[in-house]
Formats: sequence, C-alpha cells, structure tokens
Amino acid sequence: MLQIQFRYLLFLSFIFSYSQVSAQMDLLSAIEDSTPQKEFVTNSFKSTRVIAGQSIENVGAGVLDFRILHRFGRVNEGAYGAYGLDNATIRLGLDYGISKRFMIGIGRSSYKKEVDAFAKYKLFWQANGGGSPVTVTLLSSAVREGIDFSEPGRENYNTSRYSYSFQMLIGRKFSEAFTFQIAPTLIHRNLVKTAEDKNDIYSMGFGTRIKLTKRFALTAEYFFTNPNDLDEGYKNPFAVGVDIETGGHVFQLHFTNSLGMNDKELITGTTGVWGDGDVHFGFNISRVFTLSKPKEFRKGNKIE
Amino acid sequence: MKKQFILALFLALFLNSVNAQDRYFTRGAKVVFVSETPLEKIVGTNSQGTNVYDTKTGQFEFAVLMKSFVFEKALLEEHFNENYVESSKYPKSTFKGMVEDPSKVNLTKDGIYPVKIKGQLTMHGVTKDVATEGVFEVKGGKIIGKSNFIITLADYKIEIPSLVKDKISKDVKISVISDYQKM
Repeated sequence: MLQIQFRYLLFLSFIFSYSQVSAQMDLLSAIEDSTPQKEFVTNSFKSTRVIAGQSIENVGAGVLDFRILHRFGRVNEGAYGAYGLDNATIRLGLDYGISKRFMIGIGRSSYKKEVDAFAKYKLFWQANGGGSPVTVTLLSSAVREGIDFSEPGRENYNTSRYSYSFQMLIGRKFSEAFTFQIAPTLIHRNLVKTAEDKNDIYSMGFGTRIKLTKRFALTAEYFFTNPNDLDEGYKNPFAVGVDIETGGHVFQLHFTNSLGMNDKELITGTTGVWGDGDVHFGFNISRVFTLSKPKEFRKGNKIE
Repeated sequence: MKKQFILALFLALFLNSVNAQDRYFTRGAKVVFVSETPLEKIVGTNSQGTNVYDTKTGQFEFAVLMKSFVFEKALLEEHFNENYVESSKYPKSTFKGMVEDPSKVNLTKDGIYPVKIKGQLTMHGVTKDVATEGVFEVKGGKIIGKSNFIITLADYKIEIPSLVKDKISKDVKISVISDYQKM
C-alpha cells in the first residue's frame, strides 16, 4: 500500500512542478493574440510624387504640404546658358490630407500659366498579415491653361483652356529598398491644335524607388504613350533622380526631358529628346505643416 | 488503482489552475515617451501596451508595438518608424523582469504599494538591463500600476543624425500606466 501511495505522490509532485516550470516561461503569450495582425504598409515612396508624376502615397491626415517644383532650362544650352540654369519654370502648390486615404491639391505652373487641381483617393492599401498585396490610388485632376489664346481673332471658348486627367496608380512596396508602381492614365484635352491631334490620350506610367540608405533613394519615372497618339513632334517623358531626406524637408533632385509638372503637360507636352541633350535639371522641395493634430494631442486630452 | 491515479491527476490540475488566479493583465497600457531639449519637445504616446503581472512569482512582462506610437506631427511619426526605431525590422519592444518582494504587494487589498522592478528591455534589436521603481495603487477594486524610467537612445543603437542633434535629447523619459484586470 505504502509503495503505491509513494508512486502517486511522486507523480503528483512531478506534474505540479512541471506546471510551475511552464508558468515561468512567457507570460505575455497567454494574453497576446497569436493570429497575425493586419498592418498597413507605409512609406512606399518618400513623397506624394515619384518625380513629376504622382505616387501611390498620400500626405498625412490634417497635414498641409507646401510644394515647390522647379525645372531649369536645357543642359544643351551650353555654358552661355549656364547649362540651363539661366531658365526656370516653377510650380507652386499646396497639398492637403483630408484623411489618411483622401487628399486634395492645387498648384500653379509658370509654364503656360497652368493652374491645376486634383483629388486623390487610396482605394486599396497594401497590408502585411492578410491585406491587399498592392496599393491602388485613384487620381483625378483638371488643368486650366492661362496663357492668351494663340488666335485672339476667332471665337475662343473658356472651356477650351481645360484638360482633365484620370489615373489609377497601382503600386507595391516589395521591400524596404524597392517599390514599383504602374499608372494607367487617360488624358482628355478639350481643345487640340489640329484635327489630326487626339483629344483623348491613353498612357501607361512606370515609377520606381530604390532606397539606398535610410535617407537616400534613387527614383525613375517613365510614361509610355503610343507615338501615333501624341501630337507631332512630342515625346514620352523620362526622368531619373534622387530623394534626399533631411529633418522636415524632402529634396527630390532629378534630370528629365520634360517641363511638365502636371499630368497633362507631362504626358502630352514633352518635346525634349534625351539623346540630343534636351535634359532639364530640376528639383522638388516639400515642407509639411501640421494643421490638424491627431486626437491624442488635441486640447483637453492630457498626455503626460 | 486507476481511480486513485485519476484522482491524483485532477488534484494536480486543480493545484495548477489556482496559479492563474494570481495573474493580472492589460491590453491597453499607456506608454508615453518624452524627448526634451531647449529647441524642441517631442512626445510619443501609445495606448496599446500589453502587460502581465504574476503576483505569486513577481514576474512582470510588458510589450509595445512601435508602430502604435502616435505623434503630434505625422512627419515625426514617419521618421520615428522609418529612420529611428526602424519598426519594420523591430516591430515590438519588450520588457521582461521581476518585481522584488512580490509578497509585500497585495492587490486584493486597497493601498499603495511601491515596488522595485528589475529586468531586461529589448528595443531596436538590443537587450539591456533596466532597474526602476514603480507603484501599484489599489482602490475600490481598481488596480493601477505606474512606473517611470529613463533610457539612453545610444544604448539601443538608435542614431541621432548630427543635423537634428539639438532637437532630440540623448536620454528619453518613459512613463507607463497599466489598468489591470484579473486573468
């Protein structure tokens, strides 16, 4: 009898001590959700523009982004033209994030005195842990050309000044170092120069970012339009550049054959030929201001 | 004999289940960190910390998801995640430690119980020993745990670029508040 009892006692103490040992291991796993959490991917591109064209990224909610896009003249203007630095075209603009997914923007370019306005909505947001594999951002914009009509004598309509562009930006951040996006685009121009020129033009954009260090990345952008669709003498735009991040500013420096700083001008208004040296050095500067604080920081909420 | 065996097993399991009653937890612990220099004050707040405390053994564990920290300026939050703590590489920071003399703390009785906590903090891929003080405040069934401590960013290989070195302090103050429930 005694022998049997001892065996059970031993067994009991073994089980008891075993449970004590397992209790010493990770306490947190007892309360943590082991299912993978859906996590939205951020910062696929450092900026809301790849170079001249828009990227899949939006500006933060409640944030105002003051943007200066600057393009110099052509490098083949030689030493007399300071390799293009003597000439400059600028677009000044303001972008505002209404929510995390929806932003609006307005801007004015000195080139052809174009005023453009756009709305951009992130329809699908790339996420890890069971979400969308890509980010899909819809973009709709309108441009008004401000320069005087070329023929003031004929009857000119105000609506002739307008063009519209629609884009579905589809992109994916493949890794911390590499992002790629495509941009199927439709440009509609109310007025074109000749009867042969097309009012509706379809184009496909490609944009990429390769991050080399925490604050430095390479970028490239190309819009392919069937040469038959573009006006006579106009080319596809191609640009390469670098993104440099410093504190509150993002500097984007690049070389491009296009002076276009809105979609319509970029895709249908490019005349430069890379091989001929019709290359412009340009830069984008972005400075953000927080207009609307996140709810945790609004007055009345005690943080510390 | 079989009956006795089953009885012994149930007894063991019963004794084991009593252990769980000694544990308290929260999934909404508030973690605030403050960096203050004459030029700028930066505050980051996180209200989704997970914390478990075992009153019997004194085991104290804490975890926060770095991406859940909210900042006043969206750009600062972006820099925090992308350049400083690199939250895609190191998504979670954890603290695993022990409360000294856990028997002195009676969470079933109203009172204020100051404690000393020692353990290891893992952040940005680096683990370091941390010793700090805290307090458990029990009132009318509500159990609140508080603790403040200071960490040096360089200890965790978090680099401050020279351009902003006057805007971010080398040492950061961290405060933690947990509102516990019984497990």
